[in-house]
Amino acid sequence: MRIKTRRNTPVWLIAALPILSIGVAFIIGAFFIIWAGESPINAYIALIKGSLGSTFAITESLSRATPLIFTGLAAAVAFRAKFWNIGAEGQLYCGAMAATLVGTGMIDLPAPIMIPMLFIAGAIAGCLILLVPVILKTHMKVDEVVTTLLLNFVILLFVNMLLEGPWKDPMAMGWPQAARIIDNGVLPTIVAKSRLHLGLIVALLMSVLMWAIIRFTVWGYEIRAVGHNQQASTFYGISINKSVLMVALFSGGLAGMAGVSEVAGLKGYLTLTLSPGFGYTGIAVAMLAQLHPIGVIISAIFLAAIYVGADAMSRTIDIPNYIADILVAISLLSVLVGAMLTRYRIVWGK
Amino acid sequence: MMELFEMMLTTGLWASVIRIATPLIFATLGELICERAGVLNLGIEGIMTIGAMAGWLWVYQGGDLWGGIVFAAIVGMIFGFLHSALVVYLGVSQHVSGIGITLLASSISYYAYTLLIPFSTTPPKIVPFSVFEVPILSSIPIIGQALFHQSALTYLSYILVVITFFVLYKMPIGLTVRMAGENPVANEAQGINVLLIRTGAVMAGSALMAIGGAFLTMSAFDAFYFGMINGRGWICVALVIFASWRPGKAFLGAILFALFEALQVRAQLIGADVIPYQIFSMMPYFLSILAMMLVARKAAYPKALLVPFRQGDRI
Repeated sequence: MRIKTRRNTPVWLIAALPILSIGVAFIIGAFFIIWAGESPINAYIALIKGSLGSTFAITESLSRATPLIFTGLAAAVAFRAKFWNIGAEGQLYCGAMAATLVGTGMIDLPAPIMIPMLFIAGAIAGCLILLVPVILKTHMKVDEVVTTLLLNFVILLFVNMLLEGPWKDPMAMGWPQAARIIDNGVLPTIVAKSRLHLGLIVALLMSVLMWAIIRFTVWGYEIRAVGHNQQASTFYGISINKSVLMVALFSGGLAGMAGVSEVAGLKGYLTLTLSPGFGYTGIAVAMLAQLHPIGVIISAIFLAAIYVGADAMSRTIDIPNYIADILVAISLLSVLVGAMLTRYRIVWGK
Repeated sequence: MMELFEMMLTTGLWASVIRIATPLIFATLGELICERAGVLNLGIEGIMTIGAMAGWLWVYQGGDLWGGIVFAAIVGMIFGFLHSALVVYLGVSQHVSGIGITLLASSISYYAYTLLIPFSTTPPKIVPFSVFEVPILSSIPIIGQALFHQSALTYLSYILVVITFFVLYKMPIGLTVRMAGENPVANEAQGINVLLIRTGAVMAGSALMAIGGAFLTMSAFDAFYFGMINGRGWICVALVIFASWRPGKAFLGAILFALFEALQVRAQLIGADVIPYQIFSMMPYFLSILAMMLVARKAAYPKALLVPFRQGDRI
């Protein structure tokens, strides 16, 4: 078996890749459903009905997609420059903490000022925490993968400490949760009788903004250049450390905004169950989108639909909803293989 | 201060240090073998999870303890093979593939557990490995009781440190593995199949990671809990760097780390009224980051780590 570079890749192949990957995931996932003693066809029908079958289901899928767009963008921007930020989960909670700090009575302004302030506070918090691994990487050559991963655990413990201590809401019947975001800070819903909130619009705007930055600005050019070839970029006069810092600020900020959107939009208050791994799923979102900011929107909606559908399915059919995580993980692995096959050809034999 | 000093001399502390260190020794050795062959294996966290689940499940379904360990190791090897199929043969990003393996292995563990074990508020238990006292050696004061009054798996971890060292440094196959991580082209020039060597190393390493996970459910505890690996895998990745890719140092690093962990748990009990317990629980993670900071500048990464090798390529 040998691997050869493709001269040119057909466009349809690149476009079909994410769909094919999710298809592969559903085929392999079918074996897990058969293992549970259920019919895969019935299960998948229930999954699709539960995620897209009604207006309510669709709004649920979109509101689940909202944090995934943010964390997907966070991963996409960082991975483009080959900065491996695996800490979106922690940065999300930092954003959520900042929103709670600012939004639970510290200041009270009219909503059009209050809401942007919450997002800015969250983005700053996400940036600041990511600065630790960045500075360790640029100044001490500490590998960012492990530091960002380990900080996730530290941050979660810190949130736990706040929620059992100073931030514990005495009105919450003993549940470890913080006080509610004040009315002016709550993101309004955008579809009546649903949980879909303004956060989705912000997420879409951020996607377009990130696309424009990467596509049209010098920063974006530098980010792409550093990701392709660090040595060449250095010769060209791009400061690697500066680009990494820039990327990290975007990445951490976006992940922080995911936390704001969840706290001020969906839940209304900070809890330890705010994110069921949105930070990690964001990596799958970004890879399925092949790191394209606009593609992130589509893949986030796809994966969100799988999660929402699997929840609905597990209520009617006896299949653990962890099937969604399995499907997402397999899609991630198969898109990796697929992306590789669009760039190279496998030649069998010598 | 005196209290701390007295605590350091108790057998109980050192016995728990060794107990905490055992899974770290297995998994750190596993990661070390992978990285020595040039492959970063971030699947470690998930492979430990599924090892913990698989080993426990084997015994819960009526199998014997050693059968459970073998089963966990085989499951680990399957995921190691999957990782190497992706990163060794196809050359995809080792970071992303590793995270994917972790997501897949842990979600399959949780899926299988919820599917096979009826829901109950207290997780079902097995009879774990019992303590086996090594004659003579265990009668050495303090250290003897700590090192040689443990379960058989712990002794296996000591032996594996020696075996890993011996194989990597004293046997031709070890040289080949290290060369695959430093200069694979030289390997190929000798007619050695680099891809095969890397795959073998990743599978062997993954088996050790899975056994490390299985130690938790089959010796340290007697049940499987969700999220029980709790970042131990990532800590092992840091430990490998701290140990500068040497088996002996990895053993010492795991012991040192476990010492702080054991002290931290005891400090939680003493200082609970003054300092929230979460502060103490953060220490292991901070310590790992600190350990990496200490060695980062002079860390001698295997030269071909993260670099995919394509047969027949010229540099």
